[in-house]
Amino acid sequence: MYQYIIRRILVFIPMLLALSIIVFGLAKAAPGDPLSGKIVDPNIDLAVYEQQREALGLNKSIPVQYFNWASSVARGDFGESIAYKGRSVQSLITERIVNTLYLGLVALGITLVVAIPIGIYSARNPYSPLDYGATTFGFFGLATPNFFFGLVAIYLLSINLGWFPAQGTTSSTGLSGFAEFKDRIHHMVLPGLTLGLAGTATYMRYMRSEVLDVLGSDYIRTAKAKGMSDRNVLYKHTLRNAMIPIITLMGFEFGALLSGAIITEQVFNFPGLGTLFLSSITNHDYPVIMAIALLLGVAILIGNLLADIFYSIVDPRIRYD
Amino acid sequence: MQTSQNNTIQIESIDQPDRKHRSPLQLSVHRFLKNKLALVGIIVLFVIILGAIFAPYLTDHDPRKSNLMLVEQGPSSDNILGTDASGRDNFARLLYGARVSLTVGFSAMLFTLSIGLVLGALAGYYGGKIDNFIMRLTDLVLALPFLVLALTIIALLGKVTIGIFVTVIAITSWPTLTRIVRGSFLSLREQEFVLGARAIGASDFRIIFRHFIPNAIGPIIVNATLMMATMIIIESALSFIGFGIPQPTPTWGNMISEAQSIRILRYHPEAWIPPGVGILVTVLAINFIGDGLRDAFDPKSDRR
Repeated sequence: MYQYIIRRILVFIPMLLALSIIVFGLAKAAPGDPLSGKIVDPNIDLAVYEQQREALGLNKSIPVQYFNWASSVARGDFGESIAYKGRSVQSLITERIVNTLYLGLVALGITLVVAIPIGIYSARNPYSPLDYGATTFGFFGLATPNFFFGLVAIYLLSINLGWFPAQGTTSSTGLSGFAEFKDRIHHMVLPGLTLGLAGTATYMRYMRSEVLDVLGSDYIRTAKAKGMSDRNVLYKHTLRNAMIPIITLMGFEFGALLSGAIITEQVFNFPGLGTLFLSSITNHDYPVIMAIALLLGVAILIGNLLADIFYSIVDPRIRYD
Repeated sequence: MQTSQNNTIQIESIDQPDRKHRSPLQLSVHRFLKNKLALVGIIVLFVIILGAIFAPYLTDHDPRKSNLMLVEQGPSSDNILGTDASGRDNFARLLYGARVSLTVGFSAMLFTLSIGLVLGALAGYYGGKIDNFIMRLTDLVLALPFLVLALTIIALLGKVTIGIFVTVIAITSWPTLTRIVRGSFLSLREQEFVLGARAIGASDFRIIFRHFIPNAIGPIIVNATLMMATMIIIESALSFIGFGIPQPTPTWGNMISEAQSIRILRYHPEAWIPPGVGILVTVLAINFIGDGLRDAFDPKSDRR
């Protein structure tokens, strides 16, 4: 097992390098360089321009530029934003990342709280009305684009019923303490539901089939035969085994959650990483684009790594070749 | 048609003698036709395809032609779903949008399928170093945030056409299918009939096309079908955030993106709900067909 974990971590490093090379390469392939965004005055002295290029290291060879970029990124320095003059990329990202993290947590929370109990119930009572309901919901949840669901939610719950705010993270700045917290949660409900929808459908289906699988296995029959109560069979044997793939799924679904967040934030005009990323693309703000692409890529790599490590710890049957 | 109960009894009674005369493909077709949801999916998809093909006969409006005198109109006898922010007829855009959405979904699926087949076949058939290299490549692409990658490429290219768009989707989503093809090829490689084929001098090409692909076709078709549904959602999502097929070409995604204006969202639901329902119904139909195919190709599901 340790051998597997070490090998898995060793694979992580070249992947990280490859990711950074791709991100750097894409930004390099872009028309213009970081400076072209800075030329406001067309009469600018070309000599000064060249001087600036030299100061930023843009006249060096591509590998040298990559090395310089990678080493400053490793120190946590992503450079300066082009669109937001004079602001460092880090400050822009730290300002937004908290909102995206909260959104992701709320969505994941909704997903797990809804999907797991219903998945278990469906598996224990297959072909019951609730199971059919859950299956139908699953089909619709997977077929509805999340931005469309978000718009319908705004139209019905926000515009027509006025229950929830349609955009942003807070309604006024004067709030503090519990009132502020309540206000934030209130703003988070619709985006959270929207982002959580596809995940809820996926996890529900997974949970149902996993529990059904485990319930059909020999050790459950043995447990029942020796007179164990249904409760104990469920908690001690069924769930422990059925949860393994679910937790692994969480690691792999992490990327889908992040991609979903980009779209969801756009629907709700939510000030997170996603909206920052989209506006940076429109503004050709390459330092910010590179930083966010790298950040999301690393997050997915770590998600997959943790999922693999977790799986090798809890399931000793896994092969290590 | 007989009732389903009658059907089952009939099949069970002639079960044993009949089965011997059926090829696996015939059995699969038979199982598929028994699946009601899958049949509903086929019918619905067929109707949508007909609507897309015969769009010019169903509406007189040009979906690209704007009319600035008639902007954001409500439904009327002439424009039954009203007009959009540039005065284009929404109903015409809905019908022609189906063409684009289905074309993009289908061609992106075909493109991805061909990359997946070639790379998966190479990895699964030859194994060793080639396999290792291709698998690391799939790991890498799977680890890249799909949407971020696609958006960055589209942003670099500046102008998006359907061809570019399909290519971007395909080069960012081939790994799943590659893995499936590789997996089934790896297990087929160890089978004795392959050794037999090789012993009588069959070429690699022949073994792959005559023996491997027919044996692995089930999961490939199922995943390609389900993939087409995903592609349609991806197209609409990218068009919605403004990085997909640009206006005035109608797609369901960029029709819905009009609802980013709170005025249209609030007062003209007839403009953005129909394309959304269009995506929902199409994707649902394709998923039903895909699930039906999965059951049909799974020999174990026969004994239920």
